[in-house]
Amino acid sequence: MGGLIQSSTARKFAMAISGLFLILFLAQHLTINLTSVISADLFNELSHFMGTNFLVQALLQPVLIFGVVFHFVMGFILEIRNRNARDVGYVKFKGSANSSWMSRNMIYSGLVILAFLALHFYDFWVPELVHKYVQSHPEDPTRYYAETVAKFESPIRTLLYVISFIFLMLHLLHGFASSFQSIGFNNKYSKGLQGFTKAYAVIVPLGFIFIAIFHYINSL
Amino acid sequence: MKLTLKIWRQESANAKGKMVDYQIDGVEGDMSFLEMLDVLNEDLVAKGEEPVEFDHDCREGICGSCSLQINGEPHGPDKLITTCQLHMRSFNDGDTIYIEPFRAKAFPVIKDLIVDRTSFDRIQHAGGYVSVNTSGNTIDANSIPVNKHDADDSFNAATCIGCGACVAACKNASAMLFTSAKVSQYALLPQGQVEATERVQAMVRQMDEEGFGNCSNTGACEIECPKGISLENIARMNREYMAATSKG
Ligand code: SF4
Ligand code: FES
Repeated sequence: MGGLIQSSTARKFAMAISGLFLILFLAQHLTINLTSVISADLFNELSHFMGTNFLVQALLQPVLIFGVVFHFVMGFILEIRNRNARDVGYVKFKGSANSSWMSRNMIYSGLVILAFLALHFYDFWVPELVHKYVQSHPEDPTRYYAETVAKFESPIRTLLYVISFIFLMLHLLHGFASSFQSIGFNNKYSKGLQGFTKAYAVIVPLGFIFIAIFHYINSL
Repeated sequence: MKLTLKIWRQESANAKGKMVDYQIDGVEGDMSFLEMLDVLNEDLVAKGEEPVEFDHDCREGICGSCSLQINGEPHGPDKLITTCQLHMRSFNDGDTIYIEPFRAKAFPVIKDLIVDRTSFDRIQHAGGYVSVNTSGNTIDANSIPVNKHDADDSFNAATCIGCGACVAACKNASAMLFTSAKVSQYALLPQGQVEATERVQAMVRQMDEEGFGNCSNTGACEIECPKGISLENIARMNREYMAATSKG
């Protein structure tokens, strides 16, 4: 594994696999969040399951954390190496002539997502850990809905979430299709698949934006 | 037509370079970009100044020698051509044109606009060949039937002229398009199978050692490649590489 990850091609492959895994996770996260718009009870039930199920907590959660950390760390390593690969820059470089803005600025959309994750952890994960392990409250399966909705009373937080999801959209618009190329999938089905990845890249962040705005408006 | 040229001048590999402005008059639309530079150089020589050094050889788009980042794009604004095939009719009277060398750590400047692209040769040497017994009992290549589709793809990959525009265009200075074309032209043919596993590993290793960047699939290389080498080759190289690595 150590030797494998030292080559540019293997790094690219690993970046794609971790990205695809996170993309899959987004769909699952969105599905659960959407239930908060439909039914508080269902949302509570699912959140309780995710927060207490042994498999989710002991297996899926560590894999997810590893995936997130890996994707970011590898992203930074690649960015540094790529900057070093052109030690003297161009006076004039017309990237727009041959590539999309999204593809050239993955590091910036990624950094916005990282900042968002910090906020998101501060909002949900840290309180969750404190609740469970520091204060050792007895489990209350009905608390999740109220806790979640309360966060979106703040217009500033809601706005920050919306902006972050727009950057997530930009990141996915390049990243999703790009991961298939990286794992070597480029054939007659690629065009169709690209359409699907672009639709996914737009619809999933829009879904998150809808939920944030929905709860904000509801709180007014 | 009258033009302002902003050209990178650098006396030697270790000297500090800078952009220098030149005015040029009497440029015809039918001149190639290199002929325009010839005119400039004649002026410079007549004035007793050092001419601008640039690479060129065939001047018909087949050797890959000519390079140049022109207004921020390798081989200039037109697509599917090399700089020697770029005509001045692509520019307008009064234009300012930026002319810089291809930039990559693995392509160090030798002088002015000439860069050292021997890193490509070393990638090729690492595995871009098939071993053939040439001691008198060579088997005719045509005796092995090849699927037409594969033969075409292999031929297309082999049209890469090693110009380096892919590296120059890439924001990461990645050489994956070049390397993957050179891997693919063999990987697609039965004759290339014998050394397939070592080939892709050796060529990728050499590419990394030369200090090229990592591909992030921006697709800039494919757009700027004068021979239209497709990104499919990079996907193929990734497959070949992962397959080879799992074999050990
Ligand atoms: S892949 Fe295209 S741009 Fe790159 S070296 Fe070959 S011909 Fe030039
Ligand atoms: S001089 Fe040979 S390709 Fe331009």
